[in-house]
Amino acid sequence: MEKKSIGQHISQQFNAELEDIRNRVLTMGGLVEQQIADAMTAIVEADDRMGDIVINNDYKVNAMEVALDEECNRVLALRQPTAGDLRLIVAVIKTITDLERIGDEAERIARMGQHAAQSEEGRVHPIQIQHLGDQVRAMVHNALDAFARMDTELAVQVWREDLKIDQEYESIMRQLITFMMEDPRSIPRVLDIMWAARSLERIGDRARNICEYVIYLVKGKDVRHTSLEHMEAQARMDHTP
Amino acid sequence: MNDRSKPTHSIDPDILAQASLTRNLGEEDICLKVEDLDLYYGSKQALNKINMHIPRQRVTAFIGPSGCGKSTLLRCFNRMNDLVDGVRIDGKMLLDGQDIYAKSVNVADLRRRIGMVFQKPNPFPKSIYENVAYGLRLQGVRSRRVLDEVVENALRGAALWDEVKDRMHDNALGLSGGQQQRLVIARAIAIEPEVLLLDEPASALDPISTLKIEELIYELKTRFTIIIVTHNMQQAARVSDYTAFMYVGDLVEFNDTNTIFTNPKEKMTEDYITGRYG
Repeated sequence: MEKKSIGQHISQQFNAELEDIRNRVLTMGGLVEQQIADAMTAIVEADDRMGDIVINNDYKVNAMEVALDEECNRVLALRQPTAGDLRLIVAVIKTITDLERIGDEAERIARMGQHAAQSEEGRVHPIQIQHLGDQVRAMVHNALDAFARMDTELAVQVWREDLKIDQEYESIMRQLITFMMEDPRSIPRVLDIMWAARSLERIGDRARNICEYVIYLVKGKDVRHTSLEHMEAQARMDHTP
Repeated sequence: MNDRSKPTHSIDPDILAQASLTRNLGEEDICLKVEDLDLYYGSKQALNKINMHIPRQRVTAFIGPSGCGKSTLLRCFNRMNDLVDGVRIDGKMLLDGQDIYAKSVNVADLRRRIGMVFQKPNPFPKSIYENVAYGLRLQGVRSRRVLDEVVENALRGAALWDEVKDRMHDNALGLSGGQQQRLVIARAIAIEPEVLLLDEPASALDPISTLKIEELIYELKTRFTIIIVTHNMQQAARVSDYTAFMYVGDLVEFNDTNTIFTNPKEKMTEDYITGRYG
């Protein structure tokens, strides 16, 4: 399935519906990216007000998921899509579930930021997770880019990025454990950072899921729960329609 | 740290393939074989070098736009095209390895083995009972007991028995369209053919009757090899195990139905089933 092929249905209305669904997924993705960025500001700068903004905006992400879900259900019921069209709808339903969960993780990070801001000790070592946050945000951005351009090569690249994210998460964990052992009084504050790092790592996993849906959408192959080698082979496989 | 490129919960692709509902033609018992079949109406070629294996006790659907040759191909299986002037056929068509077009073949016998049901129900203007018993009477069966038993079994097989058992001697033309179509199917299966050819069997019926026919097809495939021609793609997707997509006399793609409708290999198939410009 190629990007240009969303159009060209005999029914112009169906073209418009699919194009609209695709655009709304990308809009939702943009909002979720912004939520991650704001949540990172909230925790790194211990910015209470920014935390509020993120928490308040989460309802927008949720509302977009619900509306898109409803639209997908409507298309399934009325159009009975097949082949590439069916895979688009299925990929969208799964992608928006992951996007909504990413939004929840961003909200969690924002709450940790508020928690840190309100504690008497003030900010601690948030700097370690700044880099992780940047990487994860880029990963979400590129996963959505791969979805928008139906680019399986990019999807595989982004999927690989998650391996680095996992490594970085491990090393942050070790650092934070060291802090806690050196000064047990820091434990409550360090735990906040730990939860935020954990959320970022989960966001990485969800971005990786989106990459898997891109390969399903374009090549028609389900690559979940398989090895990286198997996925790469499927992503590069020739697929005419 | 665990190596995430090889997750511990990784599923072997072979196991996934086994778990999926996708059928594999290589593992099927082949009932009908079509080899390099060309068909001409006068000078106009209607079928081009068709090669196809139809598996036994499965439902195979032919889909494609009007004029693509799917009904023509269906009619070749029981030599209905013999009746059309100017038809010439090259290539082979084999039923259980035996050439359908060999000189030694008795066409009436062939049609007993390969039954057919048409788009419009065509019961004879006789009683319900006589419609179903007709084939057996032609074969010379006289015994009332045998006839009664076969008629009942055929009507049960066609999911019509409960609706007509109290009015067996009423005229068949008094039945509804959906009932008439099931009666015609009962007439076809009463003589125990090996293959049933269905040419748009539900296109003249309402949605409920259509579902009954589809349910019936699902039951019948445990006993017969079924080939169905349909314009209704959702119907093809629902009832068939294998689907053939044809376009202007060519067989474009023949595959497991799940594959055709979720991940077809040919762009033409994808364009047709998703409703795009060809």
